[in-house]
Amino acid sequence: MNASEHGFNPAFNMATIKQVVNEAIERVRMPTPMRLRDLIRQIRAARTAAEERGVVNKECAYIRSAFREGDAVWRCRNIAKLLYIHMLGYTAHFGQLECLKLIASSKFTDKRIGYLGAMLLLDERQDVHLLITNCLKNDLNSTTQFVVGLALCTLGAIASPEMARDLAGEIERLLKSPNAYVRKKAALCAFRIIKRVPELMEIFLPATRSLLSEKNHGVLITGVTLITEMCEYSPDTLNHFKKILKNLILAGYSPDHDVSGISDPFLQVKILKLLRVLGRNDVDASEAMNDILAQVATNTETSKNVGNTILYETVLSIMDIKSESGLRVLAVNILGRFLLNNDKNIRYVALNTLLRTVHVDTSAVQRHRSTILECLKDPDVSIRKRAMELSFALVNSQNIRTMMKELVAFLDKADPEFKAPCSSNIVLAAERYAPNKRWHLDTLLKVLGGAGNYIRDDVIVSTIQLISESTNQQSYMSLQLYKALSQDLMDKQPLTQVAIWAIGEYGDLLLQAEVDEDGNSPPSEEEVIEIYQRVLWSPQNTSTTKQYALMSLTKLSTRFHSTTDKIQQIISSFCSSLHIELQQRGVEYSQLFGKYTHLRASLLERMPPMEVRQSENGSNGDMEEEMRSEEPSPQHSIMKNDSNILLDLLGASDSLDVDVQSNMLNSQTISSTNNQDLLDLLGGLDTIVPSVPTSDSGIGLIMENNNGSIPSLPILNNQNSNFLNEDLISSNRVNENDVPTMLAYDKDGLKIVFSLEKIPDSNMLTVNVTASNNTLSTMTDFLFEAAVPKTFRFNILPPSGTVMQPNGQISQILKINNPNQVIIHENTYQFSNYSLLILIDSLQY
Amino acid sequence: MMQFMLLFSRQGKLRLQKWYVAHPDKLKKKITRELITTILARKPKMCSFLEWRDLKIVYKRYASLYFCCAIEQDDNELLTLEVIHRYVELLDKYFGSVCELDIIFNFEKAYFILDELLLGGEIQETSKKIVLKAIAAQDLLQEEETPQGFLMIMA
Repeated sequence: MNASEHGFNPAFNMATIKQVVNEAIERVRMPTPMRLRDLIRQIRAARTAAEERGVVNKECAYIRSAFREGDAVWRCRNIAKLLYIHMLGYTAHFGQLECLKLIASSKFTDKRIGYLGAMLLLDERQDVHLLITNCLKNDLNSTTQFVVGLALCTLGAIASPEMARDLAGEIERLLKSPNAYVRKKAALCAFRIIKRVPELMEIFLPATRSLLSEKNHGVLITGVTLITEMCEYSPDTLNHFKKILKNLILAGYSPDHDVSGISDPFLQVKILKLLRVLGRNDVDASEAMNDILAQVATNTETSKNVGNTILYETVLSIMDIKSESGLRVLAVNILGRFLLNNDKNIRYVALNTLLRTVHVDTSAVQRHRSTILECLKDPDVSIRKRAMELSFALVNSQNIRTMMKELVAFLDKADPEFKAPCSSNIVLAAERYAPNKRWHLDTLLKVLGGAGNYIRDDVIVSTIQLISESTNQQSYMSLQLYKALSQDLMDKQPLTQVAIWAIGEYGDLLLQAEVDEDGNSPPSEEEVIEIYQRVLWSPQNTSTTKQYALMSLTKLSTRFHSTTDKIQQIISSFCSSLHIELQQRGVEYSQLFGKYTHLRASLLERMPPMEVRQSENGSNGDMEEEMRSEEPSPQHSIMKNDSNILLDLLGASDSLDVDVQSNMLNSQTISSTNNQDLLDLLGGLDTIVPSVPTSDSGIGLIMENNNGSIPSLPILNNQNSNFLNEDLISSNRVNENDVPTMLAYDKDGLKIVFSLEKIPDSNMLTVNVTASNNTLSTMTDFLFEAAVPKTFRFNILPPSGTVMQPNGQISQILKINNPNQVIIHENTYQFSNYSLLILIDSLQY
Repeated sequence: MMQFMLLFSRQGKLRLQKWYVAHPDKLKKKITRELITTILARKPKMCSFLEWRDLKIVYKRYASLYFCCAIEQDDNELLTLEVIHRYVELLDKYFGSVCELDIIFNFEKAYFILDELLLGGEIQETSKKIVLKAIAAQDLLQEEETPQGFLMIMA
């Protein structure tokens, strides 16, 4: 440790002695500050937060004064203490300049701590960066490899665009250094510089090429990282890398880089990732790497996590490149095997990856259906969630019965957080693929029973509608619902509401119902009335449910014969209810038994079957197949340029024109607003132009398209009837909390749903826009635009984001105000008056 | 690319933080707090990954210490577990069966080791031996210039 051990260098030692003497004098002059170790001990000994704060504040005050006096001897120690204090969450910005002074020192210890401090206390926002750039430049030219290493490491962590520009030249020089330690760090620095300032890539290209033929793994892996970042521009490196990968797998054992018998998994993964980038969208390149990927996929030892890590990366690469179908099946089968793995992390990864590929390789994934369903029972909640999502993606008309059986069973036992999405998804799937009405109704009934109070309101509405539509199932359904209601001890509001509605509507059919398979016979009138009494008096039931019950009971008075008096008695007891809604109903309905009793029968007639909704998908799965074949694959759309996508969106509107026109007949206001919409749309485009890279052609296309037909995307209009229908149903019960939803747009994996909410006692309507990305790629630059007629005012709040990951969501709120109360009909929101236009700006897949 | 790495104790005390992206201090604190609470609330049976904002969080517990990394969407979460494990192995070799106290009292060393394993959020060296050699050589450099022996004579 002392000089004699390391060879005697008189010059060096003279300097050292001089320095030491100076320091010793300083030390005598200044009191010795607390050591880092002692400070940490003191802080840890503090029993309360206040006590800790006290110690820290005292020390910080001391450090500040030491900094002020320009104390150089203890600067290093003080900064180290400050870094510890900073980690505890206290502010330490006053140490920034001192870090720079340390870096400028000639001692390695000072530099080491100084750079550490710089990485922790500075980030690229700080102004001191001009100063640090100079320090870095000096140290990058140092003769000591470790000093260069520290500078490179710091640059890699906090490189700002300006720093990147200033130091790119130095890094390029170091990339050619004969020293592997410096070279690998320089390669990653170059990687960071390119990430910050892509234009700087040119400088590094020649030097990077030589990194490919490296033997040193450190340099090789950093080189591969750098190339992966670059290689979108230079695909001809492919052949070279194929060889390296082959060597790695076949030559195998290099104990130094070994993890559980697999040679350098870190490097293998990096290279597989590079292959993926090289093969993406390139048929020839993909063809060339098919063999090597198959080899890795079959030859990798899978008993340990590392092996599976490599297989996972291989699968990702296979899925992403234009690989042959056999290879894709192999990849899906690897994931299938992952699902059986004991390690929960591997199961999770498998489900996640399957979820991303299920739309591309449905049949291959279908083969693992039973394993996926098994995962619904996994103890890990995040695995169960993925498994549920994947299961719903796999449902089709062939397997609907078995899948639903499992999923309904899952729903019964699921945690509350799963119940709402799971029940809504079951309802959707049943609507799409139900083999027959009876099965559909049975499934809905099971959902109502299984999900309890966690059901979304749309489930209630669609169940009631379905019962109303299926005229020949009504007596069966009312019996089943009666049975469920009489056995329900949990006060499940949605179930109660549906059951009460059905019994009220079809009370006469209920009494004559046939004995069902389980041997349930229809109840007597008295039994039914008893249930109503229970519902009406139970404190657990909401007032909405009780409103349903009162209405339904009144209806029963015309369908039942022997219990009319009892019914009248119950209803009149509500004339003094404390709840104003219930009291009003009590009073009103009582009138039907007194003065207006002759009107009662005709007033309370059964509602006509509700119109069949224009469901986008028929009740069989055939249409689904067609839709899928039309869906462009994500790879395909990547190659499209922006103008194509815009064209696509406008193209979509063409097919909707028919609906638009038919709607014009319905509502006269639309034709006048449409012109305005055209202006709005074009006006809106102006603001969009800057963000569309190929703006010229894009705009041209839009104009061209607009000339011919009624322009833009009033996509909503074809849904109007649907929405109004729903509104009719809900007008049965005045319920302001009810939130109708409508599908506004669903194409190419982008789905936009509106949920509408009227703010009580105002002329405001809130539209919650939820956009979701069902493709496998990220959507960026999401922009939602809308327009309303001039008599309305509206306000678009900022969206929750502009980038949608696969399966991600963006939500946004629109507030529409109708200050003059134009055209609004009492409680009905005439949605047709709000011509909302949607333009999705340059969807970059 | 790894965006940041956090080490924290079962009590929720931060022991190490390494950021490879620039955020204001306030945001860093917020992220740290949020992740520590989320991860500590997870049960041991749950898997090591979670989706958080647009990042993937990979974490693993070693004795009393949680190692938590945030990676981007196209990164390999299983490999990140290997990176964490490699870091733990390195700490273990350096300190000789490492424990939380070693990292508390020698946090700067823990940073130095991490900086030899990762740079700018990417792996820079896959050989344990080379990393430890580099650290040892730098420690030696520090010892050589600290004139302790000489001072003792003076005193």
